Amino acid sequence: MDWNNMCQTFNDKDNVWSWQYTCEIFPDLLDAMWVTISATFVAYFVALILGLFLTLGRRSPIRPVKWFFQGFLEFVRGTPPLVQLFFIYFGFPEIPYIGFEMSAFTAGVLGLGIHYSTYVSEIYRSGIEAVPKSQWEASKALNFSKGQTWLRIVLPQAIPPVIPMLGNYLITMFKETPLLAAITLMEMLNMAKFIGAKYFDYLEPFTIVGFLFLLLSYPSAILVSKLEKRMNRRFRQKNA
Amino acid sequence: MLKKGCMGRLNKKVVEHKSYQVKDPIVRYNDITKKFGDTVVLNNLNLEVGRGEKLSIIGASGSGKTTIIRMLMTLEKPTSGTIWVDGDYLWHKEVGGKLVPADEKHMRNVRGKIGMVFQQFNLFPHMTILRNVTEAPIRVQGLSREEAEERAVTMLEKVGLAEKVDQYPSQLSGGQQQRVAIARALVMQPKVMLFDEVTSALDPELVGEVLEVIKDLAREGDMTMILITHEMDFARDISDRIVFLDEGRILEQGSPDKILENPDSPRIRQFLSRFIGNSSVSGLATTK
Repeated sequence: MDWNNMCQTFNDKDNVWSWQYTCEIFPDLLDAMWVTISATFVAYFVALILGLFLTLGRRSPIRPVKWFFQGFLEFVRGTPPLVQLFFIYFGFPEIPYIGFEMSAFTAGVLGLGIHYSTYVSEIYRSGIEAVPKSQWEASKALNFSKGQTWLRIVLPQAIPPVIPMLGNYLITMFKETPLLAAITLMEMLNMAKFIGAKYFDYLEPFTIVGFLFLLLSYPSAILVSKLEKRMNRRFRQKNA
Repeated sequence: MLKKGCMGRLNKKVVEHKSYQVKDPIVRYNDITKKFGDTVVLNNLNLEVGRGEKLSIIGASGSGKTTIIRMLMTLEKPTSGTIWVDGDYLWHKEVGGKLVPADEKHMRNVRGKIGMVFQQFNLFPHMTILRNVTEAPIRVQGLSREEAEERAVTMLEKVGLAEKVDQYPSQLSGGQQQRVAIARALVMQPKVMLFDEVTSALDPELVGEVLEVIKDLAREGDMTMILITHEMDFARDISDRIVFLDEGRILEQGSPDKILENPDSPRIRQFLSRFIGNSSVSGLATTK
């Protein structure tokens, strides 16, 4: 049976809340949800990688490098993400020589990724600072290079305890993706707005979007808190 | 132990001149001063350590003992002076007859001759015992995994822990962890081994097993060992020479018999008297 035919069985178009309408628009919103989800994960990936570079850059022994990263961090954290998104999508292409146009998706994941990389960097920093100085000293005594010390000794101890915190930021970023509607990306919110405008009926699409967000973020939050408990247990054991 | 007699003979000259002539030095501290802020930790220290010598450094806490070996491990930078290790300067490089601050590459080369065991073991908690011991030979010395594991197992057998290879540090007692730490340092085949109060963090009943391992190592001979310890019996047993450090200076040095039983300085007698009664000073008790 065709989806739309099935929806017509509700036959309640005149009600304030119409299940028929809800049913009809649902596939489009579900499609938009995939845009939201993929934007979240790509932006998160950008944040995780860039955050690591920010963290390492801030610890550079070379002063100007350190200042550059510190300045970048303060700048990004001190300006609203929406302004950053507008700048990247609308402003950046106009800059001579270096500017180029990007799709809304690319600009969006870059903007969100860069913004959240500063928070992720803060988390990495707390993880790294929790690794005792003696681990660095033991690495030096065994003549590991700087890179080996980071890669083999420090990061493997710094990252696992902060995984739950990183998970929380994944959920936060997921909930921030509606910002991308502002730069024309057809994610869930934008799609709901589009549908609402088309049929002059906003109640159902926005409600569905809200529920879809809840449906995804709530179980994720539970998962993260489970993870947190497990990490705590593991960490306690190691330090016992 | 064999060297004791000869060192004993040298001893008289030593006390008179305050400097100690070493036949074939492997480590030389030249006019080393170390300050933390305004605090002078080491004051113009001159010290030579002979190839194969077992040297113990004793003294009150805060006397600068730990700083001496931490500088040799490049964990602490001298404020002034030079340290020479087996043909090379550690913190400096000779360029056109002049000494300039060494780069990381040079320091890594020289650092490879030195190994260290820490008070708090400092094993890598996220690695099994075997990986703790094999990681550096593989990554730093470029050994194959098979070679590294073979060497590691030999070392772990030496410290009596070959059956623990698959466990994690947290599953071991403090004494066992420290023995792994010794194996981990030994597997790199350093020319000079540093021991920084390696039993201070251990429960009393676990001290013996660690000291036994170090004693065996000392008996084997070749390796130069510098130890900081509060275990006076142990120091007497294994040392060719004992250095007493006081407020950043060498107050007196000589054979264990001389320093522990008949020191010239009243300061040392006062220091040793604190060990009376817990049988740590063999010179004052009858233990041997």
